[in-house]
Amino acid sequence: MAARDQHGVGAPWGDGPAGSRENREFQVVGKPLRKLDGLAKATGQLAYTDDLALPGMLHAKTLRSPHAHARIVSIDTSKARALPGVLGVITGRDLPIKYGVIPWTQDENALAVDKVRFIGDPVAAVAALDEDTANAALRLIEVEYELLYAFMDPRESLARGEPQIHEDKKSGNISKHVELSFGDVDAALQASEVVIEGDYVFHGTTHTPIEPHCALAQASADGLLTVWSSTQITHYVQRALAKVLELPVQKIRVIQPALGGAFGGKSDPFSLEFCVAKLALLTGRPVKMLYTREEVFYCHRGRHPMQLHYRTGASRDGKLQAVDAKILIDGGSYSSFGLVTTYYAGQLLTGPYHFPHYRFDSTRVFTNKPPCGPKRGHGSVQPRFAFEVQLDQLAERLALDPIELRRRNFQGEQTRTVNGQRITSNGFLGCLDEVERASGWRARRAKLGFGRGLGVAGSMYISGTNYPVYPNKMPQAGVQLAVERSGRVTVFTGGNDIGQGSNSMVAYLVAEELGLDVADVRVVAADTDLVPVDLGAYSSRVTFMVGNATIDAARKLRRQIVEAVAAEWQVDVARVRMAHGRVFDLADSARDVASAEAFQIAEARCDTLGSTGSYNTPTLGGDYRGGTIGASPAYSFTAHVVEVAVDVETGRIDCQRVWIAHDCGRALNPMLVAGQMEGSAYMGLAEALFEHHDVNRFGLHAGPSLLDYRIPTAVDTPELHALIVESLDPEGPYGAKEAGEGPLHPSLPALSNAVFDAVGVRLTELPFTPGKLLRALRERAARSGSVPAAAPAQSGGGRR
Amino acid sequence: MRVLKLRINGDERQVAAPEHWTLLEVLRYGLGLTGSKQGCDKGDCGACTVLSDGKPVLACLTLAALSEGREITTIEGLMPLHIQAGGTGADPVQAAFDRCGALQCGFCQPGMMLSARALLNRKACPTRAEIREALSGNLCRCTGYTQIFEAVESAVAEALGVTPAPRSWEAQRLPRPAGTAVERQEPR
Repeated sequence: MAARDQHGVGAPWGDGPAGSRENREFQVVGKPLRKLDGLAKATGQLAYTDDLALPGMLHAKTLRSPHAHARIVSIDTSKARALPGVLGVITGRDLPIKYGVIPWTQDENALAVDKVRFIGDPVAAVAALDEDTANAALRLIEVEYELLYAFMDPRESLARGEPQIHEDKKSGNISKHVELSFGDVDAALQASEVVIEGDYVFHGTTHTPIEPHCALAQASADGLLTVWSSTQITHYVQRALAKVLELPVQKIRVIQPALGGAFGGKSDPFSLEFCVAKLALLTGRPVKMLYTREEVFYCHRGRHPMQLHYRTGASRDGKLQAVDAKILIDGGSYSSFGLVTTYYAGQLLTGPYHFPHYRFDSTRVFTNKPPCGPKRGHGSVQPRFAFEVQLDQLAERLALDPIELRRRNFQGEQTRTVNGQRITSNGFLGCLDEVERASGWRARRAKLGFGRGLGVAGSMYISGTNYPVYPNKMPQAGVQLAVERSGRVTVFTGGNDIGQGSNSMVAYLVAEELGLDVADVRVVAADTDLVPVDLGAYSSRVTFMVGNATIDAARKLRRQIVEAVAAEWQVDVARVRMAHGRVFDLADSARDVASAEAFQIAEARCDTLGSTGSYNTPTLGGDYRGGTIGASPAYSFTAHVVEVAVDVETGRIDCQRVWIAHDCGRALNPMLVAGQMEGSAYMGLAEALFEHHDVNRFGLHAGPSLLDYRIPTAVDTPELHALIVESLDPEGPYGAKEAGEGPLHPSLPALSNAVFDAVGVRLTELPFTPGKLLRALRERAARSGSVPAAAPAQSGGGRR
Repeated sequence: MRVLKLRINGDERQVAAPEHWTLLEVLRYGLGLTGSKQGCDKGDCGACTVLSDGKPVLACLTLAALSEGREITTIEGLMPLHIQAGGTGADPVQAAFDRCGALQCGFCQPGMMLSARALLNRKACPTRAEIREALSGNLCRCTGYTQIFEAVESAVAEALGVTPAPRSWEAQRLPRPAGTAVERQEPR
């Protein structure tokens, strides 16, 4: 049920009169409690996928294409098969059925059939007694390729269209094109007193979880297949395996062990899951495959490179009138989530600011590079970068304070966006207030002297996507509770804990609802044999959706227990309250029992105790094709202020401090929310300053290692200050919204805007390397006729 | 193959392994000590960090044979060694990481905690800059390091018997808006 249907129009918590939301003291919610699995992780006890080993297990490796675009003429695996210790060799012929996470764009094969589309495309897989033998066997596989022209530039791929990367596509190398218009953009731009126009470039980055992808499969003699995988979406992996292996879904069990980071990079079904499953079926032995770090970089699905052109019109007082965007998206070689990316690139820009006219035209193009997909802040980080830099340019043109400009355009709460999305709670103004206060903005901005500066940016993000990737009317999240006589409750959830702490969140909510100690709640998660379906950890949906489903289940269970205890005591149910590990009679302080005893009373009076709960989204979205993409039951809001010091001699940008204010609805656990905010900001800043997922002109990765792909160390990371803003969403669990993706967005534009405050140049092309900054300084000097070295470095008052 | 005599977490262990195996391979595949993680297998990420005679080393770049005669400590050893030394439960560094939210996915943290342990063994009260430096060989992709620094500082404060400085997000937290439930600790 939708939260609103389930709980009435009032918030889904509290026992007071309708509409009164803050009428209860919480035992668990809002407290910085430990995570359920914290100590198990700290002591090394918790097993990740690669920590699992089964008797007789084989090790598998993948042969990958050395060419960016080629037809496969022949594959000869005979020598590999003959190598002692090799037990299985498979190629595309063994797994010919295509898959893909979006049902309408399934264009991937576990192993290439006919052609390869990027350097690293999987071609064959070998299972052997050990990894060394498997690697030796890969070298014995002979593949004859017929080379095809490879596209590295999306503009060229779009313009030429031939050779086609996917030959069954109707229109050349276009993966997806979306054009949507709301209002009359041309007229509004014409009528605008100020129009800011500019080009922006997002370069492409990747997730880089520290745990490489890993999968382990076991086929039983009775026809059951079990796959342990480092996935963030068990349910979709199960469906994809069933399709490709042509097995009934109920014969396949997918388990996600502890997961070592994902960030969107483990949302697609990956080649290795199919390969280990097939090899396990063929050999009758367990098979494991662990990607090398290099393979993780090639399998990618990271943030799409985008070339963005924006025109923003405003009135002289800074009120936004119209936004016109044209975006070219480099999709790499496969569709992945690209259909959604192409929509998100436009659909998610329509908050937290109001503008009455909006148009976007985004085109995703295939190239012969590692395929892009969803990375934390899917599809919306790149447009947000461009737009928030434009807002800074607008503030500059109008001589307005950039925070004041953003306040002036705030869209408000309980409203609709220009593209028809419903906004409920909206704490964006609170976010602006917080970063302004904490950063000392008014006293410090534009007053730090040449070389130092502050920049601001804002953003909005979804708390779950309103429609699942395969259309169905069933709940998006289901939860089951079982009760043990000792007072312990076990929660069964399909939610994927990928390190964000979703299992703990579920336990906190059950403990709160049933008045239990969190330590008495166990969570069984992400095992398709044991738990009800949940759509997994993506689109920042877990807290909102699994949280609401958990509350639904817990309330049903509470009702059973309270009714049984009330009947036992022969009092009205309204007098019975569960709290602090006990069940109380509110009217008689002498009468109470421990939770365990109450459970036993209820079990004796009713039946074996248990309950189920679910959550589904209300009907939302704009009434047009694509209007449901970007629809979410709630949106989170963020503002950042970034402080930088720029060295004009070396071009080095030192990001020193970041204030991150994020409206997460309610912080169910503020410590974990702060961790998400800090981690998001860190990741965004790294994309702006250090990281570049790039290939050379042959399609070879520029540096597929953790040394060359420069994710920040403890020394590189700035001071991060998390400022939690709570708007109490009317439909979120206890008012909560997402916190894991939204807080990444403003990092990149706020950094660019801070550089402008510091040295007066606009950085519009990511990443902000020293070379780009020095070039921008030289160009500015050439325009103004002065020499950059003459700029009064580090002295006050002389900026610009 | 060669039989190695290794001293791991205080135990004398004999394990047969190919000569070219690294310490990480011996730990994970030979001894089943999977707490040491493999993130890159080439010395870039630090997830495999273990202590060799008290000093942090990268197990993926250490030939197992070269660890003979040395005292190796892995993440699995911290709690038992702490208990042997008269403590209870997890090592204070592990407890602090847990208490301060430093364990998100947790994959990098065995190495991180061992680097932190080595730091605290040689310096009882390091500065934030020294903590950053000591942990700079351990990449974390989840936390933005802030709660890790706070965890190390919390462990220091606990060892010195002083109150730790408020964590960044606490210090920045405003009083809740009017009408919101007051949070207080209830007696159990």
